[in-house]
Amino acid sequence: MLGYATRRLLALIPTLLAASLLVFLFVHLIPGDPAAVLLGDTATPEEVEALTREMGLNAPLYLQYLYWLGNVLQGDLGTSIFFGAPVLSVIADGAETSILLAVMTMVWIVILGVPIGVVSATRHGTWVDQVASGGAMLFASVPTFWLGLYLILIFSVSLGWLPSSGYPSISDDGGLANLRYLLLPSFTLAAPNAALIIRLVRASMLDVQREDHVRTARAKGLAPWKVATKHVFRNALIAVAAAFGFTFAALVSEAVVTETVFSLPGIGRLVVQSILRRDYPVIQGVILIIVVLYMVINLLVDLAYAWLDPRVSLK
Amino acid sequence: MTQSNPPLLDVRGLSLSVATGDGLMPVVRDMSFSLNASETLGIVGESGCGKSLTSLAIMGLLEGTPVRVTAGEILFQGRDLLTLPPRERRRIMGNEMSMIFQEPMTSLNPVYRIGDQIVETIREHQPMSKSAARTRAVELLRMVRIPDPEGRIDSYPHQLSGGMRQRVMIAMALAGSPRLLIADEPTTALDVTVQAQILKLIADLQSETGMGIILISHDLGVIAETCDRIAVMYRGRVVESAETRDLFATMRHPYTRGLLDSIPEPDEDVDRLPTIPGRVPGLDERVDGCAFNPRCARASAVCREEDPGETAFGGGHAARCHHPLEPDA
Repeated sequence: MLGYATRRLLALIPTLLAASLLVFLFVHLIPGDPAAVLLGDTATPEEVEALTREMGLNAPLYLQYLYWLGNVLQGDLGTSIFFGAPVLSVIADGAETSILLAVMTMVWIVILGVPIGVVSATRHGTWVDQVASGGAMLFASVPTFWLGLYLILIFSVSLGWLPSSGYPSISDDGGLANLRYLLLPSFTLAAPNAALIIRLVRASMLDVQREDHVRTARAKGLAPWKVATKHVFRNALIAVAAAFGFTFAALVSEAVVTETVFSLPGIGRLVVQSILRRDYPVIQGVILIIVVLYMVINLLVDLAYAWLDPRVSLK
Repeated sequence: MTQSNPPLLDVRGLSLSVATGDGLMPVVRDMSFSLNASETLGIVGESGCGKSLTSLAIMGLLEGTPVRVTAGEILFQGRDLLTLPPRERRRIMGNEMSMIFQEPMTSLNPVYRIGDQIVETIREHQPMSKSAARTRAVELLRMVRIPDPEGRIDSYPHQLSGGMRQRVMIAMALAGSPRLLIADEPTTALDVTVQAQILKLIADLQSETGMGIILISHDLGVIAETCDRIAVMYRGRVVESAETRDLFATMRHPYTRGLLDSIPEPDEDVDRLPTIPGRVPGLDERVDGCAFNPRCARASAVCREEDPGETAFGGGHAARCHHPLEPDA
């Protein structure tokens, strides 16, 4: 297992290099001049050119890339053109919101997706299963922004139970109670993904249920709940684990929309605003961090895979 | 065969039906047989004749399938299994009665070590510490002649060959010291040489433990080698049953004859292997009279109209046929 993990970690290096190049090139494909955007409509061409030179944007693209890469390798993601502050600290400001949002979303996905999927599979064909499967279908189809707006309408506007937007840090007044600001956004973000997990848990449990080894387990005289948990669910997890990698990718893109709908000061909203401001260093920094996160999560998923299925690491 | 105490297993008038969109369709009709300790009963027949469903019904594994018991009793050591509450029934499964299956490659859970799977069975039925159960598991692996059982116990199923996996299945089946072992095509998926080893192993374990065995196979050769008595099934019915020696000496049912004739013999030089003409009619096809009549060379008008009752020929030999074969002169 350790050797497998090490090999996989080393394999990340070339992938990351390629990803950094792609990120850099794509960002520079965005039309528009950051110096012009920064200086506004009243700037003269001379001023724009001076600022461009000052920011190093007049150098050949490959030099700009190498320069940027060299700094990144030293942990310096550059300085935000808009904020004038180091990119890392700009990202760190949004990180609390986004990390807590991600954690709460994952909690929703697990506590909704797994049990409902299991019940749906074990009560296969009954009205319970039909309600669960129908609900999953509905939530998988509803767009995030629409669901978010309706949740605000119901729980904030009509019932007044939960705040509709913003997020004060948990280190501010209110402490952990401030997490209530993230309840609606995290549920919004979780809904389509939990629906996916429900359907996946149900489908793979039904698949496993038909396998010969489950009949063996029942022939041992095990109680139905032991067969369902130790043999059916345990084996169905192999397929579900793979889905968590994809779920993360979906979360990143949906988080951008959700943070905008709920006006959360998170990284998703930072990306959107930075693109509008042509703030190259911030866009590059955020995307690079997302890429690294995505790779690490997929590595963890693969490790979980090898741990769940003893046939994997030996291949 | 003359014992005063009740038989180990007594199946009486067992009928099974499969639930379809059009209602219940009978798949096993009025099946009766009994089995004593240390005895081996072979059930033979083509695919779809109901032999596996019968074994699943006895074992209690029909739940989750569309097949239902519609009539009959399954008396195991005097108790009717069909009326036992599920919890009582499970206490017998894997303990006093166990089963091995056709596909050793897929019958073990791929994510657990074989030792853990055996230990699970042991601890389900006997209060025992993990380490004691592990010691017992090693003992069981040794009983089924797996080399280096202390090392093998931590293997995963995919690290073992088909024959080894079937040995593991047998070890698991022996965990509760069963009185009855049901073996459903235990050697069908294995190489011929491994087949012989597994059959020998089962026979040896039987003489050690005195368990009764139901061996299900489509292979009359396998059955002939290992069984004391044979029941031949055709389309959900036992069409002939007899002691093995008796059956091979005098076959009464044309279907049994056809099954035997279609086994190739290495020392016989024939151009073409005889086969039974036609095919087994589907469940939804109605056959009046004897179910075998469309494929039978001896069929007459009465065969097409009347379902033959059971004719006894003495010595426990019985067949359902209007025109039973005469003993070879």
